[in-house]
Amino acid sequence: MNARTIVAVAACLALGACESSHDNFDKSTQYGPDPQLPEPSRALLPRMNVSKVVGWQQGETPTVPQGFKIEAIATGLSNPRNVLALANGDLLVVESQKNGKEPLERPKRKVMDIVEAKAHGGTGSGPSNRILLLRDSNGDGKPDSQSVLIDNLNAPFGIVLVGDQLYVADTDAILRYPYKMGDTKVGGNATKVCDLPAGAINHHWTKSLTANADGSKLYVGVGSNSNILERGTIAEMNRADILEVDPKTGAYTVFAQGLRNPNGLTFYPGSDVLWTVVNERDELGPNLVPDYMTSVKRGAFYGWPYSYWGQNVDQRVRPQRPDLVKAAIKPDYGLSSHVAPLGLAFYTGGSFPAQFKGGAFIGEHGSWNRPERNGYKVVFVKFENGKPVGQPMDFVTDFLKGPDARGRPVGVAVDKTGALIVADDVGNTVWRVTANGATS
Amino acid sequence: MAEITTRRENGVARVSGPVYLLLFPVPVVLFIAALVTDIAYAKSASIMWLNFSEWLIAAGLAFGVLAAIALIVEFCASRAIRAGIGWAHLVLFFAALVVELFNMFIHTRDGWTAVVPTGMTLSILGVILALAAVATLFTVPVTWVVHRKLEVVS
Repeated sequence: MNARTIVAVAACLALGACESSHDNFDKSTQYGPDPQLPEPSRALLPRMNVSKVVGWQQGETPTVPQGFKIEAIATGLSNPRNVLALANGDLLVVESQKNGKEPLERPKRKVMDIVEAKAHGGTGSGPSNRILLLRDSNGDGKPDSQSVLIDNLNAPFGIVLVGDQLYVADTDAILRYPYKMGDTKVGGNATKVCDLPAGAINHHWTKSLTANADGSKLYVGVGSNSNILERGTIAEMNRADILEVDPKTGAYTVFAQGLRNPNGLTFYPGSDVLWTVVNERDELGPNLVPDYMTSVKRGAFYGWPYSYWGQNVDQRVRPQRPDLVKAAIKPDYGLSSHVAPLGLAFYTGGSFPAQFKGGAFIGEHGSWNRPERNGYKVVFVKFENGKPVGQPMDFVTDFLKGPDARGRPVGVAVDKTGALIVADDVGNTVWRVTANGATS
Repeated sequence: MAEITTRRENGVARVSGPVYLLLFPVPVVLFIAALVTDIAYAKSASIMWLNFSEWLIAAGLAFGVLAAIALIVEFCASRAIRAGIGWAHLVLFFAALVVELFNMFIHTRDGWTAVVPTGMTLSILGVILALAAVATLFTVPVTWVVHRKLEVVS
C-alpha cells in the first residue's frame, strides 16, 4: 500500500464516502422476487438522513395518480397508525404512541434516541393510545362524526373484528372487547386473551394482528428487540416471529420465524394464505437488506438474524447457525431497501379500475439510514393468481417536501365504498383516496 | 518538571506539577480495559463485553479530551513543562486519542464486526500508542523516582 492509497483510504473513512457502488445503485433492481444484493458495506459512521417532521399546511395533500382524488378525513389526531374498515362503512382508527425509552445499554443508544425523536417529531400533543370511531352518517363517503371507542390502551396497533368480538393488540397483550358493528360503544371491559412479548426494551413494538376466515385463530406479528441480535438471544424470546393464537384459551404457538419486523398481517382475500410486509436489518449499506412482502408458510424460517434473503449469511451475528441458515427460505417480493413497510391491504373494493382488483397497497413509512430517502409513500403491487407481479407503482406520494417530512404513511385499508384509507402517523391525518367518477 | 511533587511548607503539604499528569493515566487505563473487554468478546461472543468496550472507549475519550486540553494549555503556558513532558509524548498521546476516536465509531456497529477484526486492531494500536506515550515520561529509572517521592513525602 503506497502513501497515496493510505491517504485515500483515510479520507474516505473519515468522510464516509466509500460506498460509490452503493450510491450508483438502481433501487428498482430490488423490486420483485429476485432482488440484486450488493456486497455489505459500512462507512465509519452509519449514513443517516433523517427527515424533519414539519406536518401538513392547510390545503396540502399527498399526490395520487391521474384519475384519483385524495382528501383528509380526520386531522389533528395523535399518531394514527392503523385503520380497520368495517363492513358497515365505519372506520376504527388506532392512535398509538410507545411509552418510555429503551434502556441505555451502550452510548450508541443516546444517538439513536435523538434520531428516532427527530423522525417521529410529529408526535401529537393530544391524547393518544386509543381507538377512534369515524362514521359517515349521511352516506357521502366522508366521515362526519368522530368518537372515542376505546381509551387508555398501551401502544395499540393491530385490530381485527371477529363476529361480535373486537380484538386489539396492545404492545404487551391481545385484548378482547364485546362489540357489535354499528355500536358507538364497546359492550364491556377488556378481557386479556394473552400476553405478548414486550418488556423494558420493546424495540419493535407494533403488534400487527389478523384472524383467519372462520375466526378460530389469531395471527400476531412480533418484531425483534434489536437490529441483528445485539441484545442477546434472551431478549428475542418469541420475537421476530408470527404467533398463532387460540382466542379461546390464549395459548399460542410460533407460526413462522426469522421475520425481523413483520407488520400488515392479512389473509389474501378468499384464501387461507397469510401475507405480511417485513422491515429488514440495518447497517449493511444503503442498499441492503431489501424490505419485503411475502406469503408466510407455516413453520418456515425467513433468516433473521443469521441470514437474509435466503442463505446470505450476516457476519455480525455470533455464534453463527449454519443449520438454521440452510433452512431459511426466500421471501416472495422485494420492495427495495429501508422503505420500512408497515401497512398492507389487498384491494377488495369495486370502485378502482380493474387492474387494482386483488392487488396489494403497501404503506411505506420511509427510510432514515440511507443517504437518499426511500419509501415515504404508498405503493401498489399488482397480483395475478394470488401472486405479486411486475414492479410496484407509486400510488400515494409527496409525503416529503424537500428534505422534510409532512407525513409518513403507516396502516392502509380499503373501506366499504372501495376507497383506500391511509393512516399518516406523523402528519396526524387519515387520508382517503377515491377514484374519480366513482360514487364515493 | 514533568512530574508531580509534594513538599511540606510550614506544616502544609503542597503539590506541584502539571495537572495533565494527574489526568492522563485515566484514559490510558480505560483504553487498556477496553482492549481486555474486546478480547473477552472475541473469545465469548457475549454481547455484554461489547457493551463494556463501547462504554470504556467513550469514557476514555471523554477523559482523554480533558487531558488533552490540560496538556495544550500547560504546553503553551510553561517552557519547563514543554521540556519536561516533551513533544514525543504529546504526539503519541494525541495519536492514541485519534485512533481511539475511530475505534469508538467502529464499536458502534452491531455485533461481531464491531470488534473483529477492525475494533480489536484499533484497540491494540491505541493501547500501544498510549503506553508508548507513558514510556516517554520515564526518562529516569523508576526505582529512583519512587524512592525520591517517598523521601519528599516523609
